[in-house]
Amino acid sequence: MMGSFAVIWEIGRKDLLLEIRNKDVVVAIAGFALLVLVIFTFAIDLNQSNAKLVGPGVLWAGIAFAGVTGLNRAFALEVEGNTLEALMLAPMSRDLIYLGKALGNFLFIAVAQIIVIPVFAVLFNLVVFRWEMLVISLLTTIGFSAVGTLFAAMSVRVRAREVMLPLLFLPVVIPLLMAAVESTSHIVNGRSWSDISQWLQLAVAFDVTFVVVFAFIFQHILED
Amino acid sequence: MINKVLNRLDPLLILSAALMGVALYLIFIWVPTETNQGAVQRILYFHVPVAWGSMMGILVVSGSSFMYLWKKNEKWDRLAVASAEVGVVFGGIMLLSGMIWARPVWAVWWTGEAKLTTALILFFIYVAYLMFRAYFPPGAHRQRLAAIIGVTGAIDTPIIYFATNLWSQAHPPLVTGPAADADSTLGSDLGIVLLASTIAFTFLFIFLVQNRYKIRKSEDDLVELKRASSTSVMTGAN
Repeated sequence: MMGSFAVIWEIGRKDLLLEIRNKDVVVAIAGFALLVLVIFTFAIDLNQSNAKLVGPGVLWAGIAFAGVTGLNRAFALEVEGNTLEALMLAPMSRDLIYLGKALGNFLFIAVAQIIVIPVFAVLFNLVVFRWEMLVISLLTTIGFSAVGTLFAAMSVRVRAREVMLPLLFLPVVIPLLMAAVESTSHIVNGRSWSDISQWLQLAVAFDVTFVVVFAFIFQHILED
Repeated sequence: MINKVLNRLDPLLILSAALMGVALYLIFIWVPTETNQGAVQRILYFHVPVAWGSMMGILVVSGSSFMYLWKKNEKWDRLAVASAEVGVVFGGIMLLSGMIWARPVWAVWWTGEAKLTTALILFFIYVAYLMFRAYFPPGAHRQRLAAIIGVTGAIDTPIIYFATNLWSQAHPPLVTGPAADADSTLGSDLGIVLLASTIAFTFLFIFLVQNRYKIRKSEDDLVELKRASSTSVMTGAN
């Protein structure tokens, strides 16, 4: 019998291994997000002052939209390969399956951000490489993958999966998006921890709430 | 003929129609026009009760979704979908009437104020709830998943409210219209009309939810009948 963390890691590692072999998800997320950034540099007449104003919003909107496309794949692969049943038959509790899948999604979105955020810094000419940015982007990614994994599992059997997931996912993560955008805009304006502490608290509260509640609720989704 | 129609009528319908008549009389004839805002202030008497109705809708959806997950009883699912539909309609009217009021009074159609943003986000969550139900094949699985969305909306509400509050502190709402800060000149009249209108809309809400619940039950019964007849045909063929 494996420990809980070993189970979570094994499921996450399985997704990671698949991803390393075909590179579907990370390339899709990063490519989509980069395109959003590039399109906005045309759509807005960028200069030094408005870059700070609109940049954070564009960055996180891009990551959120791109994240949805990646999350769509998370359970689609399991259904296409008929491996979801196998996963459900495995002798482990359902909350660990959820946490394992969420870990995989977390890693995909995090890796995509490692590509996207430096390009953002270049395109918008902003200083974002700070510890504050690392923390807020980790917290946002945890929340995105916690909410996204559950909704992706729910919408995998829906007729219009590609439409359903963003409609469910985006309104629920709006508070987290606000936290990310506001913190990032403080960060690019050179402010520090004390200015973003409330937003960080909010992001932590969001993450803890949804990870715990969704891990608990996930059994209702797979049950058949 | 008339007796037949009367027998069909729901007492709740008669009650809410009568109350609505009283409310309309109070709103358009009895209460004087508010002098700062003018006639547009009368929108308030619809906006507030409708907002109250949509809030009740959300509360009932999340409450009965939770009960469905717990008890797995179909009636909670029916109650959830009925109040979600009525709640979303009320929510739509609330958003529209609020905007029509805000344009002359605040000088903007929309502003990033915390309550407005929270209402809009919740509206989207419950629209998604209904869309999910429409897209997903019927059955116990759909009811369970829909209940999860209902509960998620409830969990998200305090976080959304806290976030929009923080956000609107950083971006002070643009409320600069001619009568934005003026006190009401109506005194207690306003409260009376508002109360009457709220009671009327509350009964309308209950009537609509009750009827939607009944239709939902008929729909479920129909599905059950079709399933039963198709199984009997299949066993007959064998």
